[in-house]
Amino acid sequence: MKFDILIAGVGGQGVILASRLLGLASIEADLHVTTAETIGMSQREGAVVSHVRIGDEVFGPLIPKGCADLILGMEPAEAVRNMPFLRPGGAMAVNTHAIVPASVAIGASQYEPEQIIAFIKKACPGALLLNATQLAQDAGNYRAANAALLGAAAAAGMLPFSADDLWRAMEKELPQKHIAVNKKAFEMAAHMVYNIKN
Amino acid sequence: MSKTQFLMGNEAIAFGAIEAGVNIATGYPGTPSSEVLETIAHYADQYGIYAEWSINEKVALETAIGAAYAGAKAIATMKQVGLNVASDPLLSLSYIGVKGALVIMVADDPGPHSSQTEQDTRAFAHFANIPVLDPSTPQEAHDMAIWAFELSHKMQTPVILRTTTRVSHGCSDVIVGDLKPVPWDIEGFTKNARWTIFPKLTAQRHPWLEELQQKLSDIFSSSAFNRISGNGCIGIIASGIAYKCVEEILKNLDICVKVFKVGTPYPFPERKALEFLEGLEYAIAVEELDPHIEHQLLQIIGRYNLPVKVYGKEDGTFPKWGEYNVDIVKSGLQKAFSAIGFDGHTGNHQPTVQPQQLPPLPVRQPTLCAGCMHRTVFYAFKRAFANVPAVFSGDIGCYTLGNAEPLNMVDTCLCMGAGISIAAGLQHVQPDVKHVAFIGDSTFFHSGIPAIINAVYNGADITVAVLDNRTTAMTGHQPHPGIGVTATGKPAKAIDIAAIARSCGVELVKSVDAQDLTACIAAAKEAAEFHGPAVLVFRGPCINLEKTGKQYEIDEQECTLCNYCVEQLGCPAISLTDGVPEIQSTCGGCGLCAQICPVNAIVLKEDRS
Repeated sequence: MKFDILIAGVGGQGVILASRLLGLASIEADLHVTTAETIGMSQREGAVVSHVRIGDEVFGPLIPKGCADLILGMEPAEAVRNMPFLRPGGAMAVNTHAIVPASVAIGASQYEPEQIIAFIKKACPGALLLNATQLAQDAGNYRAANAALLGAAAAAGMLPFSADDLWRAMEKELPQKHIAVNKKAFEMAAHMVYNIKN
Repeated sequence: MSKTQFLMGNEAIAFGAIEAGVNIATGYPGTPSSEVLETIAHYADQYGIYAEWSINEKVALETAIGAAYAGAKAIATMKQVGLNVASDPLLSLSYIGVKGALVIMVADDPGPHSSQTEQDTRAFAHFANIPVLDPSTPQEAHDMAIWAFELSHKMQTPVILRTTTRVSHGCSDVIVGDLKPVPWDIEGFTKNARWTIFPKLTAQRHPWLEELQQKLSDIFSSSAFNRISGNGCIGIIASGIAYKCVEEILKNLDICVKVFKVGTPYPFPERKALEFLEGLEYAIAVEELDPHIEHQLLQIIGRYNLPVKVYGKEDGTFPKWGEYNVDIVKSGLQKAFSAIGFDGHTGNHQPTVQPQQLPPLPVRQPTLCAGCMHRTVFYAFKRAFANVPAVFSGDIGCYTLGNAEPLNMVDTCLCMGAGISIAAGLQHVQPDVKHVAFIGDSTFFHSGIPAIINAVYNGADITVAVLDNRTTAMTGHQPHPGIGVTATGKPAKAIDIAAIARSCGVELVKSVDAQDLTACIAAAKEAAEFHGPAVLVFRGPCINLEKTGKQYEIDEQECTLCNYCVEQLGCPAISLTDGVPEIQSTCGGCGLCAQICPVNAIVLKEDRS
């Protein structure tokens, strides 16, 4: 069994927390796991990527190109930037809320979120798209977008553990004061996906 | 009792050190090494360990050396360029040795991800005559940490434990032992001529040191951290993360090769290498950074006159730079196999999407956080020097990011504390241009003080702007001598930067509120006019640590769409939607945009809680 997950987002979105939670859930499920994260320099509003490699045995922490089974995109442009890692038939779950970098505002680069979303739909027709940031905001704090995305992916059957197993691992790890809002965001996203499926 | 925990490599090393009974832990923050000391400090009180953030890596190493002289088990942690700062004590120490144990944990950074160099600590170890261990995984880092203390004590030599970013910052399930209070039955320092370096002592010890290298090479040849598997006439020798890439590639191939995993790159396990070379016609060396193992193999092949052809970096099979991954290693192996005429087709994955098929994507550079005080200070200097030719020498820290557009306020950056001395050097050559050096509070303590004294003593007419946000921010908000708290959270004397500058003889020293743009501009102008070195200490919060509790918004009625706020500042919280500027919820509340808006259209948001 092997399962490679790439999480892409912007510094400050909780990409590292998401990869840690997936790592902990893997250990609870008696699987080996290795991760690689971007820490420090890139986090200052920069592009952040985590590689999470789960399985019966794991090798180096970086997923080879074309081998990721799942891309979790906390931000659409970052999801697309990392699509060369996706294997044919791989899945994607993407937060549609775009974060426009300062380089765009000062005219040094461009960002057309609609174009990016359209690209995802074309290249990965089964991609799960949701505004996780809005959903988290509705749940009480936009920062719980990572919990929402994890809930959606788990409910869609995209992860090697169930939504219940994943939440159990999350509950053990999240700080007490943040559990309620994260749980709400996680469950709201999961229910949304169950409703779409039915 | 052992248990499985989900640990970062650095955490696993810290656990290993505690299990080995470390008494003293020192270090200076440096990505990707910082979490080792942080983790030890977290457990320090519980297990009776002394842990400190030292002012710089030289002091960190010297402090650990003192502890090791007295018979304690000590560890000093740093990143690879930090080893450069600690190199003076390091190189002398190998002649003297230690009594207790001393492990020097150094993190290299292939890429680099967050370092000025791609230097290879294995080469440093070779130069210093100090053994070095090179783990491939967090588990191995843990196990090697424990062994490093044993080895150091047994052979009375410091031992370097060298990681790379993906081992230090990679997380995985790691089996660790129980943590318990560390033993403190330590002999203490015993007076003996061996501890005082003199040329005569060095001359006596050098032959001992060379013999020690032979002994260590032999010990390493018997170590389980060096493993040979497989057979055939083609051999692959690999280390670190590169070894894991080789392992992954070979798993999916049905071919017959010999593999030599090297966990102890220096002194090179020669006896084991000869066993590996036995029967080989070809050897392929796979390692990141320097061709260290490749060169060791080549010299053995040369000395023993062996008929083995080596593929590696020297012949261009693998790159000499950059971080490795499975794709790069696969490409190199394919080149080597095909040169050999070996049908070892390594297989290629076809990704869903090729990089060239991607739509245009926004550039997302790391940038100063929304609300960062550095933005205000850089902008103030930009305004103050708008019509004055000036060169701005930067330094290492979050404020290095002041280099990016639209601020563009960092013209040079070299290494810790260099900005001040570089500004002085520039000034001696070009006295008709103004020279400003920016330096952070932690960097100031690390190595800025000697540079300031030198500027006073040798008369350099420079302005030093200390960006004091009361933390060592970029590496993870560690404390330093200016803050008043230690690594283990205990109160400490808070050492005053402005007072230091005055006592160094600087005649213009001012403390300025970094969030008051008018005051910052005035101070910058005053310092520019002043003849002689000036030190301005800009004090403000690190927005990551101290929330202002405020946010700003743009009054649409008043806004004239001049876009000044957007164009001048590059603040990530200000975006343009259909040409209309908007402040996002990531606003840190520094108020800089409000202070520059020509029509006062930016105002405090009403408290909505």
